[in-house]
Amino acid sequence: MDGDYGGSCGGCSEDMTVEFGYEPHVLAVDDNLIDRTLVEKLLKNSSCKVTTAENGLRALEFLGLGSDQRNSLEGTVSKVNLVITDYCMPGMTGYELLKKIKESSVLKEVPVVIMSSENIPTRINQCLEEGAQMFMLKPLKQSDVKQLKRHLMKYRS
Amino acid sequence: MDLVQLQRQFGFLDEQFTQLQELQDENNPDFVVEVVSLFFEDSERLLNELARALEQQNIDYKRIDAHVHQLKGSSSSIGAQRVQKVCVAFRNYCEEQNVEGCLKCLQQVRHEYSLVKTKLESLFQLEQQILTAGGSIPME
Repeated sequence: MDGDYGGSCGGCSEDMTVEFGYEPHVLAVDDNLIDRTLVEKLLKNSSCKVTTAENGLRALEFLGLGSDQRNSLEGTVSKVNLVITDYCMPGMTGYELLKKIKESSVLKEVPVVIMSSENIPTRINQCLEEGAQMFMLKPLKQSDVKQLKRHLMKYRS
Repeated sequence: MDLVQLQRQFGFLDEQFTQLQELQDENNPDFVVEVVSLFFEDSERLLNELARALEQQNIDYKRIDAHVHQLKGSSSSIGAQRVQKVCVAFRNYCEEQNVEGCLKCLQQVRHEYSLVKTKLESLFQLEQQILTAGGSIPME
């Protein structure tokens, strides 16, 4: 089902395929099952290939940054084009995940978007200062994903 | 489907539910039912955990808060705004470590949850009846 319907996303004429020239692979991280399901659908509707992870550790493992995977990333290219993560997660917060990604020489260029149900300016600034591309308020809507795409395009050249 | 409008008027479902409906398409014709079913399962699990946690001798408010945070998140994501509102009050009582307040909120959240569950189930039943009778559900 992934990516079979690149040209049609329920009404929107532009989609990520057109913008990126290929289907971006997005890693979506959220400990809440309903939210994970929702964000996955929103992204798939915008023609993204989506991998989901239920916590920071699993996300890092997928990215090749797991604790037992040190140095396995040397000289490789990132598997994903975007990471979108919830802020409040048990164990490792989205902020901590963001930091780990930005500390990696291979992955630091990957845009990271933080989502949260809480609109806390200090939290937002903390994430943006650490290099998050964007901060989005939950629950996410289709229009948020479109805005995300527009925002990301500004940084591609 | 005016039943949704009605539910929105009474505040049971907010516009986020409409967002869910808009995500449904020919590729995922059961999307709303699937997500709502997940919500039911997840919420019931959380409500049981909350009841258990509040029965303990030494109440772990952090744990309770974590569960309520989850419930607040999922109810918000599907548009069950009355459930979400109770969760907000619930979290305040957790912060105050107020067991009476927490117990009251648990009762309230159970009540709101069963109300919205009934609403959603009858909404789905109605849609199913329409489809079975050969009609179609108009999507705004």
